[in-house]
Amino acid sequence: MNSSNGGSQAVRIEAVSKVFGEGEGRVVALDNVTVGIRQNEFFTLLGPSGCGKTTLLRLIAGFEHPTGGEILLEGADISALPPYARPVNTVFQSYALFPHMTVAQNIGFGLEMLGKPRAEIDRTVDDMLQLVKMTELKDRHTNQISGGQQQRVALARALAPHPKVLLLDEPLSALDLKLRKEMQIELKRLQNETGITFVFVTHDQEEALTMSDQIAVMNNGKILQVGAPRDIYDHPADRFVAQFIGETNFLTAELASRGKSGTQVKLPSGKSVAAALPADGRTQGLVTVVVRPEHARLTKVKSKAALTGTLENIVYFGTDTHYHLQLEDKTPFIVREQNQPDGQAPYREGDQLGIEIGADAVQVLRD
Amino acid sequence: MTEPVNSRMHKAAVNRWLLLAPALVILCFAASGPLLIVLVYSFLQPGDYGGVVWNFSIEAWFNVLFQEDIFDETVTFADAHLSIFWRSVRLSFGTTVMAFVIGFPTAYFIATRPKQQRDMWLLLIIIPFWTNLLIRTFAIMEVIRNEGVINSALLAAGVIDSPIQILFTDFAIMLGMLYVYLPLMVLPIYASMERLDFSIVEAGYDLYASRFKVLRRIILPLVKPGVIAGSILVFVPSLGAYVTPRVLGGGKNLMVGNLIELQFGQGRNWPLGSALAVTLLVIVMVALLFYVRVATKEDIKHG
Repeated sequence: MNSSNGGSQAVRIEAVSKVFGEGEGRVVALDNVTVGIRQNEFFTLLGPSGCGKTTLLRLIAGFEHPTGGEILLEGADISALPPYARPVNTVFQSYALFPHMTVAQNIGFGLEMLGKPRAEIDRTVDDMLQLVKMTELKDRHTNQISGGQQQRVALARALAPHPKVLLLDEPLSALDLKLRKEMQIELKRLQNETGITFVFVTHDQEEALTMSDQIAVMNNGKILQVGAPRDIYDHPADRFVAQFIGETNFLTAELASRGKSGTQVKLPSGKSVAAALPADGRTQGLVTVVVRPEHARLTKVKSKAALTGTLENIVYFGTDTHYHLQLEDKTPFIVREQNQPDGQAPYREGDQLGIEIGADAVQVLRD
Repeated sequence: MTEPVNSRMHKAAVNRWLLLAPALVILCFAASGPLLIVLVYSFLQPGDYGGVVWNFSIEAWFNVLFQEDIFDETVTFADAHLSIFWRSVRLSFGTTVMAFVIGFPTAYFIATRPKQQRDMWLLLIIIPFWTNLLIRTFAIMEVIRNEGVINSALLAAGVIDSPIQILFTDFAIMLGMLYVYLPLMVLPIYASMERLDFSIVEAGYDLYASRFKVLRRIILPLVKPGVIAGSILVFVPSLGAYVTPRVLGGGKNLMVGNLIELQFGQGRNWPLGSALAVTLLVIVMVALLFYVRVATKEDIKHG
């Protein structure tokens, strides 16, 4: 995420701000955002609605212009260029296919506007139809094909001019679950086959985790954390990221001395455990730490456990079971355990249990 | 109607006809009836003081196109009629084109305003409709006449030495008709533009289409139904306009509407007036058929 290797960066967002309206109705959609997107990367902007992720995408596409800062495409400032002068293409949330054109005409439109010769357009359109498996429907009008097929056409249309960056604005949100799963794999395949940098906007954390090389988590017009899916999940930087992605347990702990085995934190139970520190967090005093439910285990032997609590609720999920506990200081804590084939519930509500926390499972938050 | 299969279908059919009845009655008596009378009159002889004499004659139809010299009985084309028809078509076409050129950007402007502002803009477009046509036409006259607002202002500013003759010209007639019929162009175009998903327009820009190309390749084809409807709504009443050419064209620049009125009034030639009216109807129908055919040709090719 640093600019040290600017040459291999497809897109660089440099201190970009975007403000809509003025006076009373002033809305800051993006607040001094800086981020780099590498070549051939599947980069995801993840956040709740209204966090600024779509605005950032529209700024890269050129539909909006930044109030401040620069947008660089392969090192060149494109902030002032209109959308039709930028070698990037967009897959719209509503697909935005041209209803008065056939599937093939839709896909060929970009190339036609670029003034490519007819033979080349036809060849590329055929390739694209094959790539998204739509060859048989090429002469259909866009209102004569299903939602999933429209999605494929929208993808092919945006890929046909071979853009430097493909922007995808929540393209899967209108599809049903089964189709969405298929398209997630399909998108990954397309990105590998074309080698084009994908910038993908979604509010769906699972989608982001399964598809991305890099994820930028956004909230309130700011990027909170950028990293690989595993990084973001295992080492969330702050409370928002930890809460937004996956389920998690929050505990208050005290930073203890740094020993040989790294940083130790003292949990409310009095026990000390090893914990990972964020890059820019505090180094002493009270902090919030998170533990993922699946990184903890229940045990009947309380003496060795890091935490102890009362089992309040058992929720069976098929593959696993969620145990809702209450710690001694009334903090809720969830443990998720894989179910075993014997079919016996090992614990009962009301049990006093110990909670073991695995190595590297405790992450200290920035805030 | 075919024999009903069962009583329920029969009842549904009866209900349908009952619901249609008021409209059918109005169409029959208020539209088809008079039209039929006009058609019949066009094949009769004129009475001396107006009205008709019930003798079959095609003289009126002959006179629409030709005229006979009273002295040497040579037959020539009725130049006066033809030039008036031609002027009517020309002025109506001009009005329609101007209405499109002004109305399309207007509709685009309104359709791209925030939703809560659009009604206000539409209201501004419709307000002139609340005023009587004659009054609006005289208002235009007041603006363009030699001592009117435009000429006075230009004279006072020293731009011109003598007033520009705008009133009583073809341009004045077109201006008047444009003013009167412009909302009929704006509203249908706006209606189809409002339904337009503007992300489609963005998709056009995104796929390297310039502003002009987006307009020609994406917006225009998608709002074409509105443009067709608007053009018909402007062209047809323009062709039959009576008040506007009468007031703004003075006595000399006649349009078909005035010519027809002349035959029923001073001319005391009801059959000729009727024949001219039917001719106008035919011209309108042919023009519409032609227009719709040309305007939708591309769709047929694609579809």
